[in-house]
Amino acid sequence: MFKLLEPNKIYKITSRAPRYILFLFIVVLSVGLVEALILSPADYKQSDAVRIMYVHVPAAWISLGIFSSLTLLSICGFIFKNKNFFLISKSLAPSGFVFNVIALVTGSIWGKPTWGTWWAWDARITSMLIMAIFYLMYLIVWRIYDKEEKVFKISTFITVIGIINIPIIKYSVDWWNTLHQPASINILSKSSIHSSMLYPLLIMTAAFALFSLLIFLMKYNTELIKIKNRGLDRL
Amino acid sequence: MINEIYFMNGYAGYVLSAFSFTLLSFLGLYLVVKVQLVREQNKFVAKFGTLDSEKAKSAKQQRINKEILANATNN
Repeated sequence: MFKLLEPNKIYKITSRAPRYILFLFIVVLSVGLVEALILSPADYKQSDAVRIMYVHVPAAWISLGIFSSLTLLSICGFIFKNKNFFLISKSLAPSGFVFNVIALVTGSIWGKPTWGTWWAWDARITSMLIMAIFYLMYLIVWRIYDKEEKVFKISTFITVIGIINIPIIKYSVDWWNTLHQPASINILSKSSIHSSMLYPLLIMTAAFALFSLLIFLMKYNTELIKIKNRGLDRL
Repeated sequence: MINEIYFMNGYAGYVLSAFSFTLLSFLGLYLVVKVQLVREQNKFVAKFGTLDSEKAKSAKQQRINKEILANATNN
């Protein structure tokens, strides 16, 4: 099954896909921005400050999703002894980190008008900051070590320890008394958010997901060419 | 209506700075990754140019090498 995903076979697709994804991303983002900034209603309590949700929430969701994927891919890389899993994982990390930073910064901007402070050592915010540190450690490990085996081991260790933080982020608003509001969207039960706000949120999430796919493909292609460059040196 | 959109009931500064930060982060990340990709492609083309005809022929037998060269010339 993994032979179908061999870099040599999929490069034709991964090298051509970015231009189409970039086009789709611009279209979806444009629709999302009009919905988020103009068409969606203001909140009865937070007024127009609620519009920050349309960048803050998708960024947080995607950074959490990418970190979980990093862990899964790293573990699969070890189980199946397949280097491609690590390559995919490495290519996903930069966009995950940027989304994590966006979630923290936009959360801080949102905090000022709603809570009256830019920052609080609240359980949700602190656990998101810890995830950003794990992302940073993961990225640094790939930069500072040359030996692949060592990088694979250390980066997997970081993701396995970091994944413990994911349920803490998710349930921090239920387990502790926090400034952060509880989840408004639930997959298993009824969401408390109105459809006039839910649809723009989903459109922005789709745009953010397309952007992370775009960055992933470009980074993955870069990594493949790096490998091929080393191959040419050996010729 | 225009005033409502423009001032956002006094929250425009917060909302627009959050959106601007997000879009600038996207642009920054896109440019960094694009530069890295083009740099590696150019390095590949330069290395390929130094190969003798025999080695170049054997390297070109790999489909991925041909694709990289084709993409590098498109950029």
